[in-house]
Amino acid sequence: MAAIQVTGLVKRYGEVTAVDGVSLRIEEGEVFALLGPNGAGKTTTVEILEGHRAPTSGEISVLGFRPDKGGRDYRERIGIVLQEGSVERDLTVREALDIYGGMYPKRRSTGELIDLVGLGEKAGARIKTLSGGQQRRLELALGLVGDPDLIFLDEPTTGFDPSARRQAWGILENLTALGKTILLTTHYMDEAQHLADRIAVIARGRIIAEGTPETIGGRADGRTLVRFALPTGVTPEQLPVAGAVVSDGTVTVEASSPTRTLHDLTSWAVSRGLELEHLEVDRPSLEDVYLELTGDG
Amino acid sequence: MVWHQFRYQNKIFWRTPIAAFFTIVFPLLLLVLFTALFGNETIEAYGITTAQYYTPGLAVFAAMSASYTNLAIGTAIARDGLILKRIRGTPIPPWAYLTGRVVSAIYLAFIALVLMMLVGVIFYGIQVYPRTLPSAIVTFLVGVGCFSALGMLVAALSPSGEAAPAITNATLLPIAFISDIFIPIEDPPAWMEVAGSIFPLKAFAVAFRDAFDPNLTGAQFHWPELGLMLAWGVAATLLAIRLFKWEPAAGRSRGPRRQRQPAEGET
Repeated sequence: MAAIQVTGLVKRYGEVTAVDGVSLRIEEGEVFALLGPNGAGKTTTVEILEGHRAPTSGEISVLGFRPDKGGRDYRERIGIVLQEGSVERDLTVREALDIYGGMYPKRRSTGELIDLVGLGEKAGARIKTLSGGQQRRLELALGLVGDPDLIFLDEPTTGFDPSARRQAWGILENLTALGKTILLTTHYMDEAQHLADRIAVIARGRIIAEGTPETIGGRADGRTLVRFALPTGVTPEQLPVAGAVVSDGTVTVEASSPTRTLHDLTSWAVSRGLELEHLEVDRPSLEDVYLELTGDG
Repeated sequence: MVWHQFRYQNKIFWRTPIAAFFTIVFPLLLLVLFTALFGNETIEAYGITTAQYYTPGLAVFAAMSASYTNLAIGTAIARDGLILKRIRGTPIPPWAYLTGRVVSAIYLAFIALVLMMLVGVIFYGIQVYPRTLPSAIVTFLVGVGCFSALGMLVAALSPSGEAAPAITNATLLPIAFISDIFIPIEDPPAWMEVAGSIFPLKAFAVAFRDAFDPNLTGAQFHWPELGLMLAWGVAATLLAIRLFKWEPAAGRSRGPRRQRQPAEGET
């Protein structure tokens, strides 16, 4: 059964169309990343699914509810980790989890949550004394406090430096191990690749590609690039392969059958006693695919 | 449900020493200051002593500060901090959360008011009359209910957490002056008299003060004053419900996004 099923979702603010016909299906237990640049419609989409906004049109079913009409029954089953969420800064970590936990009929215990996000040493500390990374961990714990079936993570590492991001990923991996359905938004390709089972790329309010991190954007059947330094004394015309592009002394060959191309190149070089310096075989990175898809490249 | 919210709001209030100081201690200081400045003499126009004049008036002022000012500023700041947005994502019904805030404010107002009256009774010889106690209690509940509704209205109207204190100060102080809270004006200009009688603070102060006036008799129920406060309270509640927002105005929600550094020793 699908945890989230969205068909033809549209959200307009006056003249502006923030979400322009998004359709999604997210299975139970799946970690799904909505990936896109700022202003692409990610947050609006997620806020509609959370029930914070009503859609202009479209069919939405989340855990069997229409989110903006789901009321308490719906909100008891979801956990929201806010983008730059906040909680009363004068409370301690333990108090905040007790207070917010008390709002749910079934809940995870405060001690268990503190362990899960690794805030054991800070349980009695005022929230305002926590570092940014620790506050994000508390946010995660607060998102889990009602033992939700579905968790929304809106840009969980935006504004983090690379090492803080790695740490956050470690905690998010614990979370994915709980087997909950997770909808994650991010504008970092590597984050989606690292955490998600499936990715949808959104740009200008539309889903422009969808798939697993391995297949998205036709990456699996994409071309392979073979690169090497042009050997001295050889002109591009003398190379044994078609479609070679030379720039700055580096040859790039787009190969649809790379084994064949490599064989042709290497046997040609060996028979002439040449060395193919800096030989590289590469596939377009997910980053390249993403930039190409979103038109930022 | 409301009880849980009430306890939670209460806990937060006492964690912020500045708010507790201004609500509870500041009006007490004013009482000590005014009686010392003006001497505890009989005020001709009223026929009561300075302390008999100021104690109930400042008790009302303290109760108003605990309800109106606290709710307006606290709620607007909670909205800026995305706390209201977080609450909206939990199963707590919005009305239960807001009622919890209001009940906590009324409780604080009660503490502030009783403390002021106690100081008046112990140090300045204020008399409490059993015959006027029902009126004093009803006046307190209607008055604080009215100012809680007005506080929520200011929270609804404030574009940001910083705007709320500006709005409460700009409204509270001038109205406190024309409502004879700080200075008993013996022969006020007509416009001031009229202006004072429009706003609910003077009604609150007059009705409450008369309950402790040794020259008066009877139960001292001030129906016109109670009616005026009720009207303000109902109008403010209806408007606040219409205008209340759970998220900061567009463009503020992202806030200044800080670059987050991992703490030292964080792994």
